[in-house]
Amino acid sequence: MQFSTLLLILCGLVVASFVLARRRAIATAGGYKGIRSLHSLPAYYGYFAAMWAAGPALLLLLLWSAASDPIIMGRVVEVLPEPYRSIQGPELDLVLNDVRVLAAGRGSGTEQQQALQGTAAHYQSLQAASRSLLATLAIFLALAGGLYAYRRINPRLQARNHVERVIRAVLVGASTIAVFTTLGILLSVVFEAARFFSRVPFHEFLFGMEWSPQTAIRADQVGSSGAFGAVPLFTGTLLISGVAMLVAVPIGLMIAIYLCEYAAPRVRALVKPVLEILAGIPTVVYGYFAAITMAPLLRELGQALGLQVASESALGVGLVMGVMIIPFVSSLSDDVINAVPQSLRDGSLALGATASETIKRVVLPAALPGIVGGVLLAISRAIGETMIVVMAAGLSARMTANPLEAVTTVTVQIVTLLVGDQEFDSSKTLAAFALGLVLFLVTLLLNVVALVVVRRYREQYE
Amino acid sequence: MASRISTTMDAAAFVAPAGGGEPGTVGDIHASDPVITVRGGNVHYGETHALKNVSLDIGRNEVVALIGPSGCGKSTFIRCLNRMNDTIEGARVTGEFRLDGQDIYAPEMDVVMLRTRVGMVFQKPNPFAKSIYENVAYGPRIHGLARSRSELDDIVYGSLRRAGLLDEVKDRLDRPGTGLSGGQQQRLCIARAIAVNPEVILMDEPCSALDPIATARIEDLIDELSQNYAIAIVTHSMQQAARVSRRVAYFHLGMLVEVGATDKIFTNPSHRLTEDYVTGRFG
Ligand SMILES: Nc1ncnc2c1ncn2[C@@H]1O[C@H](COP(=O)(O)OP(=O)(O)O)[C@@H](O)[C@H]1O
Ligand SMILES: [Mg+2]
Repeated sequence: MQFSTLLLILCGLVVASFVLARRRAIATAGGYKGIRSLHSLPAYYGYFAAMWAAGPALLLLLLWSAASDPIIMGRVVEVLPEPYRSIQGPELDLVLNDVRVLAAGRGSGTEQQQALQGTAAHYQSLQAASRSLLATLAIFLALAGGLYAYRRINPRLQARNHVERVIRAVLVGASTIAVFTTLGILLSVVFEAARFFSRVPFHEFLFGMEWSPQTAIRADQVGSSGAFGAVPLFTGTLLISGVAMLVAVPIGLMIAIYLCEYAAPRVRALVKPVLEILAGIPTVVYGYFAAITMAPLLRELGQALGLQVASESALGVGLVMGVMIIPFVSSLSDDVINAVPQSLRDGSLALGATASETIKRVVLPAALPGIVGGVLLAISRAIGETMIVVMAAGLSARMTANPLEAVTTVTVQIVTLLVGDQEFDSSKTLAAFALGLVLFLVTLLLNVVALVVVRRYREQYE
Repeated sequence: MASRISTTMDAAAFVAPAGGGEPGTVGDIHASDPVITVRGGNVHYGETHALKNVSLDIGRNEVVALIGPSGCGKSTFIRCLNRMNDTIEGARVTGEFRLDGQDIYAPEMDVVMLRTRVGMVFQKPNPFAKSIYENVAYGPRIHGLARSRSELDDIVYGSLRRAGLLDEVKDRLDRPGTGLSGGQQQRLCIARAIAVNPEVILMDEPCSALDPIATARIEDLIDELSQNYAIAIVTHSMQQAARVSRRVAYFHLGMLVEVGATDKIFTNPSHRLTEDYVTGRFG
């Protein structure tokens, strides 16, 4: 049976449970007139039965789809033809993959695939058996669940409360998915990073001053020593983020102040969507802008002033990244400035302060913790930003505080280390995970601190 | 008569012809030595006509209590006197508002200077998120009233003393003003207002968020302050109006219905609406 057919049948069963249970609930109450004697509205009895019909069957589908293939493959391995009996590990995976390809009818007729024809047929038959077993079981479960709920219906059954509990469970489930995904990502990064640190000492990575991840293939190659000191990457990231924050924080803050304290409603209604558009521009476009417009512009400007500006200067990248972050800063600051009670502004104005004195002496100090929180979030965006720097920042690690020189960042290195054909167990690729871990931890820390600061601030004005 | 106050027919019908002052208001709107004079004041918030043709004087060293049901325009009226309505989008003020004979709404009037001369205390205490000292020093600092730190100290201590708060806070002046109790916060706000040495103090229900003891302290304070300042106080408590004020103005639906000496208003009001309100049959 096709999987989609099975799903349709299950849906039908669920709907039928709903309709029948609802009808029975009304019947047990003695018709529509007696509905007030029911604990819950009739539809809740319908949902109650529908949940019983759908829940167990869905759970079975989930478990089956996760567990069936490994079990079937275990059986397939047992019937592999003679030459493949003894192989193991990655080679076995290749063989089994061929079996899958053949079973799906996409074989390309290689020698190995011809030898595996029989196995593939066996695999197919096992799969078919598995599918029909699943269909039978699922339909049975749906029927049994629906029937069980149907039998339980009586006016005192607290269907409404049961439904509430199930809804709650579903919502909790949804949020755990997010948490577990984050944990999963973290664990995979930690795992790979640990492999890296078993080859390169931790302190050498964190405090080393030289970054040159290309290991030599031939002994006579130069500049390929394979050094993994990440400090130049950190300083490069800091330099670019620093320039970006120098642009984004003052401008974003001034925009927020203008919008909150000075702008007429009509101006506000115009500027806010424009800022949202700015926030919605894909970073790839900012990347173009940085590489194609900003970099040459700065070069020419530098030449006119007699300055040496690298074409991948940190300044250019940082400026564009700053523009990207402006809406972020302005909308966060806008929120916190708006949260400062109007009564404080009134108090200051009533003492004869001007609007700007009020902002400087009352509104901003009161909003400061929230603004700091917003800036921290913005910093974490800046150091995690990838596309702009990949397109417009340099590749070679250089330790400098001069924004006119080219520097590289953590994210750029992660991308260059992983892009292209790579073996996934060389120090070079594993270094990307170590960098990723650092990035993850730093942004996590920044976000947590920012959230705590902002929350404190909110409580202050509850 | 009814044609002048034309927007609300049933209310207009209640308003009896003049009893001695401007048409529309019963009682004498004049003060012997007025600081503030209002003639024919009107306020619109967009479509809402919140203050209708109000005329009233506030005398030097006099406490005038403004009473009336919620939404009758008491706050609107006092906010006209220091132009706080300027901050409200769509508020439109017409009529004659004078401070010491100067037109408050004249184009050449400096709003900032006006507000130092007409101070305000709000319904909810609103100390700044600063230290107690800085809260009081705020006004003197922005207006450059003190030439040295010791002058500033004098102003701050003097204001706190006159607000009856100094003894309670003198050893924690550097602590945040928001950490004080509600009543202390309100006295801090009063200290903050008198620190810039205004001529008039407007108080909009200054005790409505306070407990009875804190309220009593503020009332005593108002009594003392009335020796140096003209005070207009909005209150919902008839007892409070009776205790602190010399004159009472009763507002109703944006109109000033009756003005008179406090004991006259509470014992023998001339207007039906006033009588209904002060005897508790209304509002
Ligand atoms: N900012 C505002 N915008 C629009 N209408 C307002 C505003 N403030 C007050 N009003 C209206 O003006 C009228 C008088 O309000 P207010 O002066 O606050 O009354 P009171 O202080 O006597 O309770 C009310 O009808 C109120 O709804
Ligand atoms: Mg009011």
